[in-house]
Amino acid sequence: MRLHEIAHARTGDKGDISNISVVAYRQDDFALIEKAVTEVRVAAHFGTGFNGEVKRYLLPQLGALNLVITGALSGGVTRSLALDAHGKCLSSILLEMEIGA
Amino acid sequence: MKTVRIGAGAGFSGDRIEPAVELAEKGELDYLVFECLAERTMALAQQARLENPDAGFDPLLERRMRAILPAIGGRKPRIISNMGAANPLGAARRIAEIARELGCAPLRIAAVTGDDVLDRISDYKLEDGGSLVGALGERLVSANAYVGVGPIVAALEDGADIVICGRASDTALFLAPLVHEFGWAMDDWQSLGRGTLVGHLLECSAQVSGGYFADPGVKEVPNPAHIGFPLAEISEDGNAVITKLPGTGGCVTRATCAEQLLYEIHDPARYYQPDVIADFSNVMLSEIGPDRVAVSGATGVAASGQLKVSVGYRDGWLGEGQISYAGANCVARGNLALAILEERLAVKGSSVLESRGELIGLNAVSPGVRAISPANEPPEVRARFAARCASREDAERVADEVESLYLCGPAGGGGVTRRVREIIGIASAFVPADRVPLSVQIVVA
Repeated sequence: MRLHEIAHARTGDKGDISNISVVAYRQDDFALIEKAVTEVRVAAHFGTGFNGEVKRYLLPQLGALNLVITGALSGGVTRSLALDAHGKCLSSILLEMEIGA
Repeated sequence: MKTVRIGAGAGFSGDRIEPAVELAEKGELDYLVFECLAERTMALAQQARLENPDAGFDPLLERRMRAILPAIGGRKPRIISNMGAANPLGAARRIAEIARELGCAPLRIAAVTGDDVLDRISDYKLEDGGSLVGALGERLVSANAYVGVGPIVAALEDGADIVICGRASDTALFLAPLVHEFGWAMDDWQSLGRGTLVGHLLECSAQVSGGYFADPGVKEVPNPAHIGFPLAEISEDGNAVITKLPGTGGCVTRATCAEQLLYEIHDPARYYQPDVIADFSNVMLSEIGPDRVAVSGATGVAASGQLKVSVGYRDGWLGEGQISYAGANCVARGNLALAILEERLAVKGSSVLESRGELIGLNAVSPGVRAISPANEPPEVRARFAARCASREDAERVADEVESLYLCGPAGGGGVTRRVREIIGIASAFVPADRVPLSVQIVVA
């Protein structure tokens, strides 16, 4: 199944660093999310055209984790030539990730 | 136990005004905070002020104040904002004029100044790369320190009805009234951490009350066209309830609060602010009623003593154009358009410093370029070409070349749009807080 079925997400940006929160709808699903949404799998999900180093922080009491991706935004919102210079859409792309049932 | 009620009246410069008016009228608020500054906004404001010494504050200040001032009855709620941008004193004077004109006087309006450190930033290092700020030379546009609650608290203690700042930290706008009301010590890290959390949850207005949240069929938001802005009821211990006005659209739930809690946060245990390093890592959220979420468990440790400075500099010009292709073989025609643009612009020499071509509808926003088989071809794509150039002339040429695709490009292109603007780069530096003396000036309306 896709991560979208059990979690929601929001992207934020500061300079060239993007952060994506992933929050479980149900606390019970957090263990699965923690197992599936790893630093390595997130980097792989965004593919070869994607530059960025992923660091993950866990907030189990909220059923949430925070992914901090350095170098993800082509220099950041003021400088990037990208259509979505903030990288706002990254959260929804992440929710397409396939995870084990 | 004493409770302070703070509402969020804006989360960015262009935010909606009607929900703020509704909060001012019906929220029984003590304070209404308008957070209106982003990094680029600040640099643009500095440029505006260079051209006109009376300008440089938020372009929407006038409209916002004309809507809000009549809603302030009995001088409540008190207003705190960073709408001063590059010219807080100019903004305070303009608000005084508007207040007199609307018959809302008397009002005491405080302007907080001192965040502008352009005259003493040259010898500090930029965060990335380590070169000195001074090396930017003529390209340097602005340097503003993110300042803390000190001058805002002083202004409130002086009886200000409205406090107008420049580059105060977003959360300081909310933390300051709490320090003022509860008399928190400036080394009471737990309370400062909790107040910072309240500020962080409210600083993006509707992003905590159902804005930027709806995902039809999965995450529903009631009455999204009329989303109410949030307010917090804060107790003396710094814990709070996030809510919104009854009858407004949107929702305040554990989920909306969790998304906003982590918005633009890196390490949740170390959220760097001018007055405290807040720790959100053990925050608890619980739904205690409809659209009421209790927030507890934040704390903090001593601030670093260094203030972050946002440095704005001229970084060339952006030239951009878009053109649509639809129907049979649209992806191939879009890709051909991009290839033609690259060849034409390359021939003209090195005027293009950096460029990017993509097909909106296929690979413009998704980071990995995905191949598409004819069977899965989208009904339409929009070719977009963007380039950073050294001069405005070169950037105009990029847009010209996209427009020329009408007659000299692939078959069936339509709907060209074009854009040219100066790029203001933003970098960070750090200065010791004691190098940033701040002051408060009062304007009486």
